[in-house]
Amino acid sequence: MNNAVVVEGLVKRFGENTALGGVDLTVSEGTVLGLLGPNGAGKTTVVRILSTLLRPDGGRAEVNGLDVVTQAGQVRATIGLTGQYAAVDEYLTGRENLEMVGRLYRLSGKESRTRAGELLERFDLVDAAGRPAKTYSGGMRRRLDIAASLIARPRVLFLDEPTTGLDPRSRLGMWEFIADLVHDGTTILLTTQYLEEADRLADRMVVIDRGRVIARGTADELKAQVGGERLELTVRTAEQLAAVGEALRPLAHGEPQADPQTRRLSVPVTGGTDTLAEALRRLSGVRAEILDIGLRRPDLDDVFLTLTGHSAEDAQPAAETTEHDTVSAGAPR
Amino acid sequence: MTTLAETVSDSIVITRRNLIKVKRVPDLIVAATLSPIMFVVLFRYVFGGAIELPDGITYAEFLLPGIFAQTVIFGSTITGASLADDMQKGLIDRFRSLPMSRSAVLIGRTVADLGLNAFSIMVMAVTGLLVGWRINSSIAEAIGGFLILLVFAYAISWLMALVGLLVRTPEVVNNASFIVIFPLTFVANTFVPLESFPTALRRFAEWNPVSTVTQASRELFGNIPASAPEPAAWSLQNPVLYTLLWAVAILAVFIPLSVRAYLRSTR
Repeated sequence: MNNAVVVEGLVKRFGENTALGGVDLTVSEGTVLGLLGPNGAGKTTVVRILSTLLRPDGGRAEVNGLDVVTQAGQVRATIGLTGQYAAVDEYLTGRENLEMVGRLYRLSGKESRTRAGELLERFDLVDAAGRPAKTYSGGMRRRLDIAASLIARPRVLFLDEPTTGLDPRSRLGMWEFIADLVHDGTTILLTTQYLEEADRLADRMVVIDRGRVIARGTADELKAQVGGERLELTVRTAEQLAAVGEALRPLAHGEPQADPQTRRLSVPVTGGTDTLAEALRRLSGVRAEILDIGLRRPDLDDVFLTLTGHSAEDAQPAAETTEHDTVSAGAPR
Repeated sequence: MTTLAETVSDSIVITRRNLIKVKRVPDLIVAATLSPIMFVVLFRYVFGGAIELPDGITYAEFLLPGIFAQTVIFGSTITGASLADDMQKGLIDRFRSLPMSRSAVLIGRTVADLGLNAFSIMVMAVTGLLVGWRINSSIAEAIGGFLILLVFAYAISWLMALVGLLVRTPEVVNNASFIVIFPLTFVANTFVPLESFPTALRRFAEWNPVSTVTQASRELFGNIPASAPEPAAWSLQNPVLYTLLWAVAILAVFIPLSVRAYLRSTR
């Protein structure tokens, strides 16, 4: 299979800060690559370089076989970009927004109108098509934004945190729309802070942290890197975590992770239900009230925790106040 | 590389987009209409009696070209504020990721603002005619009078484009430009004849292009009485030429700088 995106040794510096310290990745045609990492990891910087908004300081990047620096104009004709913020003109109606972008992709007036109509239908915006985008909900704006980036049928689509700030229902809806695109054969590079999102949408993943790739592979491969299972339990009060952790330490294959806020303890283990039985036996001698206990296969949060030593959520203050990746990496404003 | 035809076509798309906003946000059109009317009426009746003018001219005739100049210059600041707003909202990123002409966003912006300025002048001219302003020249000269105001304002738009792209916050663009432009439009012959200024201020005002664009349009509208003394400064003796030189110089410097800032803009 051919690669729609090839990135080799990509370096980007903002003043003293190195936003990207040599990133390599490829995206095969017709697949989805999930680019994962906490805020400030450099995800947006990668997307901005690939979409020709930013020039790299080192390395090289190709999209659809075209160099993003020397053939930037041609690259732009073959890509679609949906940034972190829904970049729609709020004073134009949904339809006007799409037609405008169509014209700027150099579609004819007629073609722009036809495509706008198709996309409004597909993204469930027909009823709102004649209203200024100002009146749209957050989810509708995102959909309009993605529709705009699809108007010229780009072969590669960059989605930069397409669901950040959306409520859970809109997020699920967005996932369905994205899954449909994949079905049609669009190559997608998707950045996200939500591991669940990557797990659900991406064929392969690249995890970056502080401008470097720290892991790559399919969701299963990444989970296998973490290995084993997790014994997870919740206690009544945070004070009880220490005693419980101590009691289970002999069973642990790795450091137990305690979270006082949720009063949960996560212990990497092997041995399946035998281990669970053994754990229960050991806990019967501990003065702690166990509210919940169970075995769990690792998810991507565990992957992240294992790889970076901090969880994806820790690194992210709050979805609403999310700063721009490049800014938190020290870009001049 | 984009061709000229593509640049023109993209610029038209962007101009339309900007004008649709004017249509949808009535505040803009109200601001562009009411404040010039207010200025014309206030100055005409508040200062009208107090300012000494050469024989053969009324204050309304003296005032209107000055108000025209001040209003279109302020009108040009919209360019900066709007671009800063587009930048904040991520629209500039979107445009930059499209295979469109690299200057069309700025051309479309400045042309739309030129349209808005032309509309403001029209409103002011009608108001002016109602309060006693007269055009005492040929039609061709009168058109020239409007054109020189618009050409100068268009050049200022490109200057403001750079400010907007660099400052990136619409409110800051507005405040900053007010602080600079307000005195520039007052330390000039816009509202008061220069004869009453202290010497240092007067030297500055004589070479201030706001004075010369005002002087140029006064000449072209026939709002300078025959009895008026010949101005001492070369700039005011040749106001059309001097103003056009400024406009060309501003455009020559700020078009390339603004396009460069646009291409490098990173939100």
